[in-house]
Amino acid sequence: MLEFSKVKIWSIIAVLVAGFIFAIPNAFPEEQVQAWPSWAPKKQMNLGLDLRGGSHILLEANADGLARANIDKMEEDALSELRRAEGGAIAVGDVSNRGGRVSFLVRNVDDVDRAVDLLRNLSMPIGVTGQRSFNVEVADGNRIVLTQTSAGRTQAMESAMTQAVEVIRRRIDELGTREPTIIRQGSQRIVVQVPGLQDPSALKQLLGKTAQLEFKLVDITADPADVAAGRAPAGSQILQMADTGQPIAVKRRAIITGDQLMDAQQTLQQGQWVVSFRFDSAGGRRFARTTQENVGKPFAIVLDNRVISAPNINEPILGGSGVISGSFNAESSNELAILLRSGKLPVELKVVEERTVGPDLGADSIRAGTVASLVAVLAVGVFMLVTYGRFGVYANIALVLNVVLILAVMSLTGATMTLPGVAGMVLTIGAAVDANVLINERIREERRKGRNVRAAVETGFKEASRTIWDANTMNLIVAAVMFAFGSGPIKGFAVVLTIGIVTSVFTAVTVARLFIVNWLNRKRPTTITI
Amino acid sequence: MRLLKLVPDNTNIGFVRMRWVAFAVTLVLTLSSIALLMTRGLNLGVDFVGGLMMEVKFEQPVKLDELRATVDGLDYGSSALQNFGGPDTVLVRLPLPPGDDAAVQKVVQKVQAAISENHKDASFRRVETVSGKVSDELIRDGIIAIVLSMGAIALFTWFRFEWHFGVSTIVALIHDVTVTLGFFALTQLEFDLNIVAAVLTIIGYSLNDKVVIDDRIRENLRKYRQMDIGPLIDLSVNETLSRTYATTMALTLALGSLLLLGGDVLFGFTAAMLLGIVIGTYSSVFVSSSLLISLGVGPHTFAPADTGAAEKVGSR
Repeated sequence: MLEFSKVKIWSIIAVLVAGFIFAIPNAFPEEQVQAWPSWAPKKQMNLGLDLRGGSHILLEANADGLARANIDKMEEDALSELRRAEGGAIAVGDVSNRGGRVSFLVRNVDDVDRAVDLLRNLSMPIGVTGQRSFNVEVADGNRIVLTQTSAGRTQAMESAMTQAVEVIRRRIDELGTREPTIIRQGSQRIVVQVPGLQDPSALKQLLGKTAQLEFKLVDITADPADVAAGRAPAGSQILQMADTGQPIAVKRRAIITGDQLMDAQQTLQQGQWVVSFRFDSAGGRRFARTTQENVGKPFAIVLDNRVISAPNINEPILGGSGVISGSFNAESSNELAILLRSGKLPVELKVVEERTVGPDLGADSIRAGTVASLVAVLAVGVFMLVTYGRFGVYANIALVLNVVLILAVMSLTGATMTLPGVAGMVLTIGAAVDANVLINERIREERRKGRNVRAAVETGFKEASRTIWDANTMNLIVAAVMFAFGSGPIKGFAVVLTIGIVTSVFTAVTVARLFIVNWLNRKRPTTITI
Repeated sequence: MRLLKLVPDNTNIGFVRMRWVAFAVTLVLTLSSIALLMTRGLNLGVDFVGGLMMEVKFEQPVKLDELRATVDGLDYGSSALQNFGGPDTVLVRLPLPPGDDAAVQKVVQKVQAAISENHKDASFRRVETVSGKVSDELIRDGIIAIVLSMGAIALFTWFRFEWHFGVSTIVALIHDVTVTLGFFALTQLEFDLNIVAAVLTIIGYSLNDKVVIDDRIRENLRKYRQMDIGPLIDLSVNETLSRTYATTMALTLALGSLLLLGGDVLFGFTAAMLLGIVIGTYSSVFVSSSLLISLGVGPHTFAPADTGAAEKVGSR
């Protein structure tokens, strides 16, 4: 145990030097570090929101809503496919989309096979299993039932979430906030973390809106009494005006949707805030055609199923651009423009958890954490010195090196330091000396038994190493469980604990031994105080 | 230089002789903790029950009653107010209003406006809202984490030592965890996610002590074949006593500075850990090692392993 090869000694020194180099940036303010020359290490530890202040928002996708939207889409696609079927439209009736499936009767029994073939092509194959997104079944001879498979649901959610992350990123970027973190968590959740954000209400306003923009014709044939009672004619639906809450009947089918928007901006028009928009070329042509056909009639601009305004089409809109006016102010028009530019969310998201920490609380925590760590190092250091003398000094050197290595590993890996992480750090300061305590106590014992200095140190390290190994393995197991099942603060704590366990074994056993061996070899003491 | 030795050489305390007293104390502590948990219950934070929590700091100490009247005047359900760290900081807790996020937002703004109106010096340092769904998951994950780590530890101890050691360790750990929870029931300190992390850490470090002593017992069992198990366990505990003492001291010093200087957010967390370290040391020294006698550990326990497995273990 007391021999070190040259290679080993230099590797240990290399690790320690690297530790110092990578830990150093944490001692300086961020702006200063960024100004360092390019060869210098610049990576600093990530500070968690609880330390630097900011907002943490957990969003959950509405799975039921997505499934319902999928069914609605399937119904629309299926019916239009059958209408345009080669060899003549296939007439259907008794269409229903309740109970999570689309079902309808094919009027002519001879058409059933043709219809099934067409509909099979509508469902998409998923992966290599041969499963498709929708099952097409025939019941009672001429009833066709379309149900979404579970693989289909999973895939739909998967692609909706991937897209949702993108949309959220665009929306937050538009807000101009600094380095937001947007990550998926599990199958239907997204974590959004924005450091420095004090009032998350504007952000949540942006995240909570689907922003589905539709242009629909107003159903002017509807009986006002029916509309007031909430009854819509076939093919129409009753929506509410966004500002007054008044019911209005509009056609179910949208003329055009926000998917075909190219751009949207807030603009001042005659002292009024409006949002101007521009369609892409296909959308522009379609908009032009529809407005030409419906001059003089009103159409509704619908956002998330609420009618923003229902102006009359005074003349055909040919340029592919227009404005949305309503009761906007500077903020709300900007918000709508951002929402329209960033696209609609493919699935509705709900805030299920939110934590906002003010910057002064974070700063207080950093200050308190730093002071507590320093005092802890000092207190433990003095205790080790008075208890073990020279051997305590070696343990203390190992202790300081351990803190340096933890900081270095955290900076290198980009791990996040949180408030519980600081606690983990302080705990590690106390726990790291345990290995040295074990070794030193064992050396004491062996000396008492009358072994000479070298033999006592050798046996001390050898016997204690087994115990240190056992104890730290168990602590690693606990830390791993914490990391796997812990959320938020527990994870932050587990990260520091894990790093601390590994580095402390290295510094307390290997590095401290190197110091002790070096001293033994140079001074060849015949007696030691321990 | 004369070094500090708080545990003199050749200390020989008869821990085994005291074991029935220790078992009784342990039983009483555990049972009264369970009783406290059942009667008073834990003061669960928003992490675990869902709801809305905000930390408000004032420039001067405020009267909780006045503040409570202000918040209750808004009629958003039963509020809970408590001082946090000092008389100038207050935690306000409210149930989540029904409805979507806009409803929550409205409550937050109304409460903040109402408090600011009466207290111009109020600053809102922290706002947390957790929905019932998420809090249920956090409870489930917390319980899974604690049970799983205990199970893993029992298996590991069994694998590294013998089943007796696994059982005695788990019995002692259950005691440690129960008493820590009992402490939270007694003091009504808020029990949140951080405390779960503290409990897991207590398990880890209490385990450290037990492994060190178990390791020594195994070593002595192989060394002194003819020795009675009682004196042998006493010898092992006494030989490791100054280590147990020194490590507990180091941990106490580190955690003590965190408790006094680490700020209010970490207070409950550190208090739990400090208590757990003391309780864990107690159960290691007085309970888990003596329990091995009742479980029938003797020189034969490691006898067959002496040739093969013991070598493997020893040469690490």
